Amino acid sequence: MAHLCELASVFRSKNAGPFLLTIDLMFGDESTFQRVANAAALSTEAVARLYQIDPENVRIVPFPKAKAIKVTLPRVWGRAGAGSPGDRDVYGAQQHGPLMNLEIP
Amino acid sequence: MPEELRLVAINGMLGYGYEPASLENGIAAGPHLFGVDAGSTDAGPYYLGHGRSLTTAQQIERDLEGALRAVKKVGVPLVIGSAGFGGASVHVDFCLERLERVAHRLSVPFRCAVIRSDLDRTVVKQAIKNQKVRPLAGAPELDPECVDGSTQLVGQIGTEAISAALSAADVEVVVAGRSCDTAIYAALPIMEGFDPGLALHMAKIMECGAQCAIPLAANDCLLGIMKRDAFLIRTLSNQRTVTPESVAAHSLYEQPDPYELHEPEGTVDMSNALFEQIDRNTVKVSGSFLQPATGPKTIKMEGARLAGYRSVTMAGVRDPDVIENLDAIFVTAKEMAIANLPTTMDPAVLTADLKIYGRDAVLGHLEPRTAISPHEVGLLLEVIGPTQETANAYLALLRSSLLHCPFESRKTTAGNLAFPFSPSDLEGGPVYEFSVYHLLEADDSRSFFTPEFVTIGE
Repeated sequence: MAHLCELASVFRSKNAGPFLLTIDLMFGDESTFQRVANAAALSTEAVARLYQIDPENVRIVPFPKAKAIKVTLPRVWGRAGAGSPGDRDVYGAQQHGPLMNLEIP
Repeated sequence: MPEELRLVAINGMLGYGYEPASLENGIAAGPHLFGVDAGSTDAGPYYLGHGRSLTTAQQIERDLEGALRAVKKVGVPLVIGSAGFGGASVHVDFCLERLERVAHRLSVPFRCAVIRSDLDRTVVKQAIKNQKVRPLAGAPELDPECVDGSTQLVGQIGTEAISAALSAADVEVVVAGRSCDTAIYAALPIMEGFDPGLALHMAKIMECGAQCAIPLAANDCLLGIMKRDAFLIRTLSNQRTVTPESVAAHSLYEQPDPYELHEPEGTVDMSNALFEQIDRNTVKVSGSFLQPATGPKTIKMEGARLAGYRSVTMAGVRDPDVIENLDAIFVTAKEMAIANLPTTMDPAVLTADLKIYGRDAVLGHLEPRTAISPHEVGLLLEVIGPTQETANAYLALLRSSLLHCPFESRKTTAGNLAFPFSPSDLEGGPVYEFSVYHLLEADDSRSFFTPEFVTIGE
């Protein structure tokens, strides 16, 4: 078992437009990328649980050319998009926190 | 049709800066066009809504000076997309003022095409009635009240309008309001008959400056070379390289999907794109293609509206009992503050929020690490009210209530908070929210964005 943040060489979050958040995981080598891409632990259900949203709104897309995995989900903070009242992170640059300690076999 | 087109991105955001040597290398490449993206919604709705630029006049003029010199030297145009940051007329005028100042400093006039992107609200409301408006990812259905309530409402200019501006004789600078980032760099290649899918893919990489390089930098130049069956991405700084992986990985950046790019022209399919190393500064890309849009043409709309006025104060807490009881203290303090509001102030229109840095300010209720006891935390106390005066008044009451709030087990009876400043309270000014983030079906999209021609610096 390892935490997702120990396996990824890049672990970042950012807005994808004012209403979506996208998290990029990149890996230093092919075998680590395969290990995570094939792990059932990184599922839409697991992401939905960590972000307290509906799994139907989560997309997980592997991108082998960059040994990367993209996770896209609705923005949690801000009553009308990024930078609106109630936001905590205008650029969404620190919202990968809940995913960091996901355990990967 | 030329064999190839060379395009230079000044950087990823007008005002962020670039290395002068990189621009010199770009000039030496004999480009057919310079481009720069000057705006974004990334910094939130304030800049669009309030008609302000995130980048300052000084930053923009610094970057424009080198770019305009390059335009005169090479004799090819500069395309500025999303001028003035938000791209509404107030932003475009701000950008034109910067151009005017730099042109005067250089003592040379420039022939400009100006494309405004403000939308006619009557047209948009009629389109809602005709069911020709649909929300973009994550946005709610569009209420006509949001259209009327927006302080600024813009549509994104695409390649057609920028091509129209570039086709006019003697145009040296295209100042475009809110633009599709890709239109800045894809307009010329598409107009010259190059493959639109490759042109849009190249443009998507170029609009971020040298963000696809190693080390990555939005504040440096990048060269794109459009060929018939491929394009090349080349760094212009000797300090930077590109690799197939760094260029491929860039299509992840700020995008919900790394394989598809949705543009007014259709969907760029990047799933079969091939990335090849040519030399340490150059990567060749081929294989991406455009699935032309089948339905009606669309314009992406963006609007922002006023949501109130903000006042904030910051304070530190070192006392362990205060840290332990902060949530309860905040509830009591709010009750105390509301009880002491003047009768002229309606508590229902005031909101207060306490962010506890060191505990869970960034992730709120999603913070997985709940079992920690920080020895010190930072508080950001925020109030939003319908006017600046009411926000200031509620914040002042809430601040003093928090400072002196009683709670069980309290030992620190002289005060719960350490304020770093006097005065402690700061006015945040107007607060905005996104009111429109939707697609508008418009088969006559060309008629929405018409270039006008002016000479600046005369």
